[in-house]
Amino acid sequence: MGKHVVVIGAGPAGLETSASLAKLGFHVTLVEKEDVSGGHLKKWHALFPTLLSGKDALETITKGLDSSIKIQTATKVTGLEAVNDYFTISGHNGWQEKADAVVLTTGFQLFDSHRKEEYGYGIYENVITSADLEELFASGKAFVNRHGNKPERVGFVHCVGSRDEKVNNLHCSKVCCITAVKQAIEVKQLLPDAEVFCFYMDLRMFGRHYEELYKEAQEKYNIQFIRGRLSESTEDRDGNIVVKVEDTLLGKPLRIKVGLLVLMAGMEPAPDTKPLANMLGLKNVSDGFIQPLDEVLHTNSTEIPGVFVAGTCSGPKSVSDTLADARSAALAVADYLKS
Amino acid sequence: MEKKAKYFGYSITRDRQIDYDANNHDICKIIAKAEPTLNLCISCGTCAATCTAGQFTDFSLRQVILLLRRGETKSLENEVSKCMLCGKCQLVCPRNVSTRNLVIQIGKALYDKKLSAETVNTK
Repeated sequence: MGKHVVVIGAGPAGLETSASLAKLGFHVTLVEKEDVSGGHLKKWHALFPTLLSGKDALETITKGLDSSIKIQTATKVTGLEAVNDYFTISGHNGWQEKADAVVLTTGFQLFDSHRKEEYGYGIYENVITSADLEELFASGKAFVNRHGNKPERVGFVHCVGSRDEKVNNLHCSKVCCITAVKQAIEVKQLLPDAEVFCFYMDLRMFGRHYEELYKEAQEKYNIQFIRGRLSESTEDRDGNIVVKVEDTLLGKPLRIKVGLLVLMAGMEPAPDTKPLANMLGLKNVSDGFIQPLDEVLHTNSTEIPGVFVAGTCSGPKSVSDTLADARSAALAVADYLKS
Repeated sequence: MEKKAKYFGYSITRDRQIDYDANNHDICKIIAKAEPTLNLCISCGTCAATCTAGQFTDFSLRQVILLLRRGETKSLENEVSKCMLCGKCQLVCPRNVSTRNLVIQIGKALYDKKLSAETVNTK
């Protein structure tokens, strides 16, 4: 067929889209701004709900790549233009290619938890993020807090940077609820004597086997779920984190000391998404994620023929949702190029 | 007869259900009109977590809003007087509810209602 597709962003979405497009017989160039492909998955220790290793997942996804796929790493796309019935794409380093279709797989960026200053990230050593915790798990090092102590209590704060208009993010990041449950279980597996608390507004256990994992967290690990959103945290003289929350189900303010506080940082649009969308003339929705042609029927197409989206650049998704979305995008591209 | 009934040892227990149909929903409508962000509350409790008044009294703006929404306005009478209007709740609310004005509007609506009740009584 000889049709050429450029996929921008080599995280799980870009890798899977490229692999699927190559299987369908298209020439594919996968562009990545970093030196190594894999995106956020590179740093993620284990995936919900099965605790599948992030490394194994990435290996399996990467194995699907055909040798015909050209992977252009260390290239930041700086030019993207629709010219008649094709696109020209160019990078900061002089790289340039023409394509019959473009797939944006630019992913997300993790919410910068420094912005929720009242929660103490970057101020108190024992306040970390969910991503920091994954790195700690992956390192295989002893599970200690930043003072070298095994925490007797660990707290998880849901919805950090999600569902919060004070940081201009109205959206739910979808994956943090179940990630908190997964990480709470992993903490209990490492520190069976520790008490673990999750502070939540709503528990959105919508996926297959998420509710089961939540139940396991209660039944097997005695993890405590407190319905209330943190107003602030402070540090006591011993370096413990003192959390302030309303126990809304009891209707009383509650104060609790934890040795380690984990902030479930949400997903924000990747900073590269908007400039690329602007180059193409795509309309962004107010939250910065790319708006597909139709949120029910045409989730991978955009208002510009030949421009497609896959993965979290069009909204928060789990890895499994991202992979399914990527394969679906490949079919949408094939449909477009064959017509 | 009355005396006998008393000695009999039984009394009628009042129904503790929220009688949504019998409750007064006008006050909530008036307040929602004066401060439409009332409708945005998701009962997360962040306001109550940071509230100084709530540390020493049973004041919880989250609960006040729920009582309003259910028409349980009788239990609201003294609630808003506990608020010191410091505005910390407004700083932390994830839905940008205008909490200070909400408290002021609740107080105002309750005061107006009381006045009109008094006017009716004196007639």
